[in-house]
Amino acid sequence: MTNQNGRFGVHGGQYIPETLMNAVIELEEVYNHYKADAQFNQELTDLYNDYAGRPSKLYFARKMSADLDGAKIYLKREDLNHTGSHKINNVLGQALLARKMGKTRLIAETGAGQHGVATATAAALMGMECVVFMGEEDTIRQALNVYRMRLLGAEVVTVRTGTGTLKDAVSEAMREWTSRIADTHYCLGSVMGPHPFPVMVRDFQAVISREIKAQLMEKEGRLPDAVIACVGGGSNAMGSFYHFIEEPGVKLIGCEAAGRGIDTFETAATVNTGRMGIFHGMKSYFCQDEYGQIAPVYSISAGLDYPGIGPEHAYLHDIGRAEYVPVTDNEAVEAFEYLSRMEGIIPAIESAHAIAHAIKIATVMDKEQTIVVTISGRGDKDCAAIARYRGEDIHD
Amino acid sequence: MTRIRKAFYNQKVFIAFITCGDPDLETTAACVRAAVENGADLIELGIPFSDPTAEGPVIQGANLRALTGGVTTDRIFELVKELRQDVAVPMVFMTYANVVYSYGPDRFLSACKEIGIDGMILPDLPFEEKEEFLPLCHVYGVDLISLIAPTSENRIAMIAKEAEGFLYIVSSLGVTGTRSEIKTDLQSMIEVVRQNTDIPCAIGFGISTPEQAAAMAGISDGAIVGSAIVKLIEKYGKEAPAHVGEYVKRMKDAVKAVS
Repeated sequence: MTNQNGRFGVHGGQYIPETLMNAVIELEEVYNHYKADAQFNQELTDLYNDYAGRPSKLYFARKMSADLDGAKIYLKREDLNHTGSHKINNVLGQALLARKMGKTRLIAETGAGQHGVATATAAALMGMECVVFMGEEDTIRQALNVYRMRLLGAEVVTVRTGTGTLKDAVSEAMREWTSRIADTHYCLGSVMGPHPFPVMVRDFQAVISREIKAQLMEKEGRLPDAVIACVGGGSNAMGSFYHFIEEPGVKLIGCEAAGRGIDTFETAATVNTGRMGIFHGMKSYFCQDEYGQIAPVYSISAGLDYPGIGPEHAYLHDIGRAEYVPVTDNEAVEAFEYLSRMEGIIPAIESAHAIAHAIKIATVMDKEQTIVVTISGRGDKDCAAIARYRGEDIHD
Repeated sequence: MTRIRKAFYNQKVFIAFITCGDPDLETTAACVRAAVENGADLIELGIPFSDPTAEGPVIQGANLRALTGGVTTDRIFELVKELRQDVAVPMVFMTYANVVYSYGPDRFLSACKEIGIDGMILPDLPFEEKEEFLPLCHVYGVDLISLIAPTSENRIAMIAKEAEGFLYIVSSLGVTGTRSEIKTDLQSMIEVVRQNTDIPCAIGFGISTPEQAAAMAGISDGAIVGSAIVKLIEKYGKEAPAHVGEYVKRMKDAVKAVS
């Protein structure tokens, strides 16, 4: 789906400072070598299975399906992975690669803290140094994850520039990488940034759709009618979609964070409100003003609070293969509470965006149809923020 | 001969960087004139960007102050047009790819030609992506200035061979900002550049003292200073032009002594 320079249609590319060019070229060469290497793949599979707890369950949400009285809903339980989200899939792959490249230090950005926790975990496991950049606003709303990262031995750097959220954490991680390349690998957490990250992260996350396909085949003897996942940069969605892209009967739906609504300025719905641009190493869709200044986006979900989207998603949107729908804070919070009570599963507020859309469409679908919703992470980290949203003050 | 080539003709140059609109456009205009009157041979005008990933804290701060003050690309074009009435030295824009892309590359570059901009430096547009804007740069006679970094190694020859205007040699790893010492083996980098092009090259990133400027001009064709000037503007605000002028004079004298 990509050409040589990492383009998905017109999107993608390598819009980064010259200082980083040899680093991404080396990364691409090393990745291309090891992705075909049987021993590397065995090592990664062993880590997935024995350390991260894969394969993750595909769970039939019987009560929820009955309650909605429409399509059968299956939940892909990435929240059950070690560290509590899909982020570990990518991080274990990149950490292994970094070790092959002789790097001794991992740096990462994080929004909700899930990617930071996963990176800190892999660094601890592999005996590497770890520094995680996190926006100031996010260190407050995701305080629990800050503590987890420190507990795992990582240094957490609070980023106070810009809006103090995920985009600023990415910018700061990129700056750090330009100043220290020789021993450091930038473990980017999503299907974004310069080539080869969008391809590499997608490949590591594609384990999600590979498993869904086999698991649903076993349970239902067929492919799903729709796969739904939340989209910030878009790594769990890309992983959930990947093995279905060539299956035209499977609808692919990405749920963007609409914040307070796509008709307000307090939104992070990139496809629905942004336009083409060049930022953070890639050409894609971005929320920006008429002069190309990146917009200060907003979502209740720190993990979706990003003004761009991965280039492959931008391409899937352009060719009409995937649909990107906005989901508001309020809809996501209601879905967060709904899934907790209905199935006894507290999803990450990010994943609750996908649940919210599933609720909307399941009711108008046939009972013979199936929807797979990816629960990208667990919601423990969000409880304090949701309580605050509901006007209740609990100590986290 | 282009204005840029003329600036480098038979002399070592001093290049001053100023973020447009920090703290306001009137001060920017006065700082540019003060720099030129005191010997700056080329002016880099920064068009502020919300998320300048190649900048250190000093220039990040300038970008933020300028944008908060309401500066826009259109207002900066007006500023340059007005400066061109009396400023004869080459002026180049330094900004980020999205500022050009979002404005519409054709619209942006035709405006550059019209107002008298000689070149463009985009730190997030490496060699592999330069086709994004290069054809239009050629249409409108704007030099797309390439950067070479301490990590460029095997890429130096390739970049130098296709360079235009002048080559921006990045002195150190990391982002912009003043540094107490510069450790990169710039001499060997410049040797490779010289073997591949006769385009002049100037060194930037981390330079703030006359001694550093002289040392850099000694091994190349000139020194580029950004953060040290921006710091003066941050410190003195509307009173900055006199301080910028005095600083530029000291730096230019140091560079001139090398020639």
